[in-house]
Formats: sequence, C-alpha cells, structure tokens
Amino acid sequence: MSISIQSIHKTFGSYTALDNISLEVPDGSLTALLGPSGSGKTTLLRIVAGLEFADPGSGHVQFHGEDVTDIPAGQRGVGFVFQHYALFKHMTVAENIAFGLTVLPSSKRPAKKDIDDRVNELLGLVKLDGLGKRRPHELSGGQRQRVALARALAIRPKVLLLDEPFGALDAQVRKDLRRWLRIFHDEIGLTTLFVTHDQEEALELADQVVVMANSRIEQVGPPQQVYDHPETPFVIRFLGNVNAIKDSRNPEAPIFVRPHDVGILFAAEADPATDRLARVQHLFAAGPVAKLSLRLEDGQFLDAELSRQQLDELGLDVGDPVAVRMQGASRFE
Amino acid sequence: MANRSVTTESALVRWLLIGLAIVILTLFLLLPLAAVFIEAFRRGSEVFIKALTEDAALSAIKLTLLAAGISVPLNTAFGLAAAWLITKFRFKGRSFLLSLIDLPFAVSPVIAGLVFVLLFGARGWFGPWLKANDIQIIFALPGIILATVFVTFPFVARELIPLMESQGSDQEEAAVTLGARGWQVFRHVTLPNIKWGLLYGILLCNARAMGEFGAVSVVSGHIRGKTNTLPLHVEVLYNEYQFSAAFACAALLALLALLTLGLKSLVEHLSGHSAKGH
Repeated sequence: MSISIQSIHKTFGSYTALDNISLEVPDGSLTALLGPSGSGKTTLLRIVAGLEFADPGSGHVQFHGEDVTDIPAGQRGVGFVFQHYALFKHMTVAENIAFGLTVLPSSKRPAKKDIDDRVNELLGLVKLDGLGKRRPHELSGGQRQRVALARALAIRPKVLLLDEPFGALDAQVRKDLRRWLRIFHDEIGLTTLFVTHDQEEALELADQVVVMANSRIEQVGPPQQVYDHPETPFVIRFLGNVNAIKDSRNPEAPIFVRPHDVGILFAAEADPATDRLARVQHLFAAGPVAKLSLRLEDGQFLDAELSRQQLDELGLDVGDPVAVRMQGASRFE
Repeated sequence: MANRSVTTESALVRWLLIGLAIVILTLFLLLPLAAVFIEAFRRGSEVFIKALTEDAALSAIKLTLLAAGISVPLNTAFGLAAAWLITKFRFKGRSFLLSLIDLPFAVSPVIAGLVFVLLFGARGWFGPWLKANDIQIIFALPGIILATVFVTFPFVARELIPLMESQGSDQEEAAVTLGARGWQVFRHVTLPNIKWGLLYGILLCNARAMGEFGAVSVVSGHIRGKTNTLPLHVEVLYNEYQFSAAFACAALLALLALLTLGLKSLVEHLSGHSAKGH
C-alpha cells in the first residue's frame, strides 16, 4: 500500500520540526528516511504512524489514496517498531506478539487457537521458533528487535514503520540483521518506511532514500542516484567523505569531490587545463585502500584514496609532487 | 589491612561512627517504641485489652479505619490520575501542578485543618449554605476525611511520578499503535509496570492516613465516641491521666505502623525480584 504525504507542516511551540514536506512512498518499497538528528525524520515517521499530528490545516497523509490524516494511530493499521523496541516486559514473547489481537473488541477478536497459530506463524517468520514462553529480558538485542517486528506484523498492518531499527544493536548484529531485513522485506512485500541516521545503512538497504536536513527534504531517489548525483551540498557531504575545494573561478561555490574520485598522476603528466599540482602531505597505506592527504599549491588540503596497486605503481612517498585530476566533481552554483 | 580500599577509614573512625549510629537509633527510635509497649502492658494485659475494647476506643478504631478506608482509595485514584497526567503529557502549568501536589507536605497539617474550618465551619464561607441544607462537614466524618485526603494526597503521586517518568511512554505508544484503547493501555501496560511503586505509595498513604493528628484534630471537634480517631483518642486519654489506656491505644497504632513497614519491606523484596534482569 503506497503512502502519500502532502505538504505536511509541524511545529512544536516556536520550533519548526517539519517544513512543508511532500513525499511519495511507492507500494511495496523499502524507503529510508535519512538525516542527522534534529532533521525531522522521526517526527515525519510518527506523523505517518498517527502518534503525532501535523499542524491543523497543513496537509494530508494518505494510504493508497485513502486520507488518514485525522485517524488516530490505533485505527490506522500501521506496524510500528520503536528504536528501543518498547516490548511489554511483564509479558512473554508470545503475549507480546498476540497483544494487538487480544485487545480487539470481542466481535472481531480471533478465537484463542487462531491467535496461538498466528503467534507461532510469526515466531517462525522472524526465526524465533520455540521462544514464545521467554520474557523480553531473556532475549538478546537482535531477538528483541525481531519480537517487536513480529508484534507489529501480527495486526496485518497496511504499512510497516521502523524507527532507527538497528540503532541499539552492536556492529556485527546490525550487519546481519540488516541483510536479514532486506530479504524479509522482499518476502513479505509490505511497504516499509524506516528512519536512520546512518548513510551506509540507508544506501545499502533501501530502494528509495529520502535525505532530510533542517526540517526539509533535500533529495529523494534510488540509492545510487542520490549518491552519484547529489543535488545539494548537504547531500553530498552527508552521504560520505567529500573534499570541498575552493578555486579562483567561483570562491563562493566549492568543488565537491569524493576521495576515491581524486585521480593522481605524476606531476610531469599534469594537464594545466584540468589538473592541479599538489604534494603528498601524509600517507596511510595499511589496509586494502591507501589514504593520502594532499596539499594543493594554494595550501588547501585534499583527501584521496587509491588502491594499493595504484599506489605501488606510482611509488609515492611523503613530500612527492603529484598532479591531481578531479573526476566526477560536483559544483552547486 | 591487605585489601583495604581507598574509601575505607581507619578502624577507630569506623567503630566511632557505627557506635554513634547505634546510640542514636536506640535513643530516638528503639527506646520510644519499646516504651510504648512497656507502658501499655505495665498494668497487665487485662487493662490493655479493656482499654482497647471500651466503647470510646472501639468507636475511635472504627472511625480511623473508616477514614483511612475512604481516603486511601480516593488518593490512589487521584495520585494515579495526577501521575499519568504529569508524566505522559506536556502542557502549560505542568510544573505548577507538580509543586501543587507537594503543597500538603509543605503546609503544616494544623493549617490545613484550619482552612477547612474556615471554608466549611459554621461561620465559614460556605457555613450558612451548608447549615441551610442540613449538611455537616466540620466536626463530622466528611471533615475528617477531607483533612485526611488533603494531608495524604502526595504519597501515591510522589511515588509514581519519578517511576513513570523513567519508564517513558514507549510501551504505551506501542500499545496504541497495536489498537489498544485508553483503558486497555492502562490496564495491560501502564498498571503492570507501576504496580509495585503504586502498592508502596498506597502503604505509605495508609500509614499516614491512620496516624494523622494535626489536621484531623482541628476539624474533628473531639466528640468522644463520635469524632475521635485513634490518635485523638490517645491524646484525650493521656490528658485524662489514663496513661495505661493511652499507651494501649498508642501500642495499637505502633503495631499498625510496624505492620506497614513489614508489608513495605515485603513489597520491596518482591519488586526487587520481579525487576531483576530488566
């Protein structure tokens, strides 16, 4: 089910959390809301969930064309997974997962056996078979995360919303769970919107990345497009390491170039039309990628990355002169 | 002194401080408590039992239980409502409300009692209207309950607010997104998370409700066998030089206090077990 957000505005007192946000989340997609803290991404997610409401008269939220702007969270049919999972700690895993079904009015509530079957089905789906009788505190972080997911899915939500789904996990579990979630999403095909501040996570996991900053959307697009064709200085800076180099042509608008896009040649091969001269200031060659810090003639510093092979071919050392060619550089004028 | 830690004082200082603590505890807590029971039984258990079973004493016990029985549930409800409002919502005047809850702790109970006399007494603001409608508040049960409710108001709320503050609203929000309605959220999520704190608050509230003297003394009118609670009855007996009877009733109150402390420890013990691993 697609999500359509139209000119949503949200203020908390005098603070503007969301400034005229419009966004289309295609049916069945896995979309990332990516931004630094304070960018408004979590507020947007909570408005989609119905846990927060946009300023009166400001805009609309639609699920598959149906206006849900004023429908409270409980009737919206969203599955929401909280950053710290918010499991009911006094209930067992099975009771947690069954919660959304057991609180249904008796006319709509499934029979106890049907609830049990659904819980077991969900436990299998999130690979937690046999753990239904455990309490949340007896589970690992990754397991709790999956219980929260199963609990959210139990009500057969129209859309799935995840707030920093991997934020509270350690690095290894985070990687595993990330891969698992991508496969899981492809299996169940539920429209999913998740919030993250980790660009790597967003780029690796999502079909569509929404980059947010300062209560606005900076850019929307598939990961590769957003990475390769950033539309604003913020996006290029936020999506990975980047050099911002000033030149004489327009000192107001620097050239942005990623370290791995910096071409390095022998100083003798420099083409004065495109290349600039520099010296190797620092060299870090442990690992598969060599990292160079270069000092341009005008004193600006430039980071570059080379494969070990390229470095060996060039035979560079600290203090050597080089020519620098900025391939795929972006400029926002 | 092989494994002496940096925060450990010398043996002399340690024993001096421990000894001082024991002396103070004995002098100010254990001795008075022991004195109450010794005095109560000084003239035999017959006198003790008689003191507790005479009409005025029985009526005082009944009134105390009745006043606590009404005020404690009221304050449980008020305290829950106040804690819920203050911790789960952000609104203007929130911190003012928070200070207001503490008011009964800050104000002398006698003044609290006087305020009610001023409002509802025969010559008070609402006195003439109450008289015209034949409603008696001061020098009657309603006044005693009002005073008790006022004085014991903060106990439940004060116990719950920090607890609910630290728990946040995540679980409630999760329950809401899963379709639970207000009452279900409270019943299935909020209440189980605060039950031990709530019980603790109720116990403290009850202990104070039964033992309250100042505010109740002002509004009760000391009508023997009618508006005397147990603490007031103790005072009356004492003033009439019936020391053994006075101490017998005091012993009963002390026993209630000890019982409360025992239950309180039990609650702490149980909640400690349930909280493990969280």
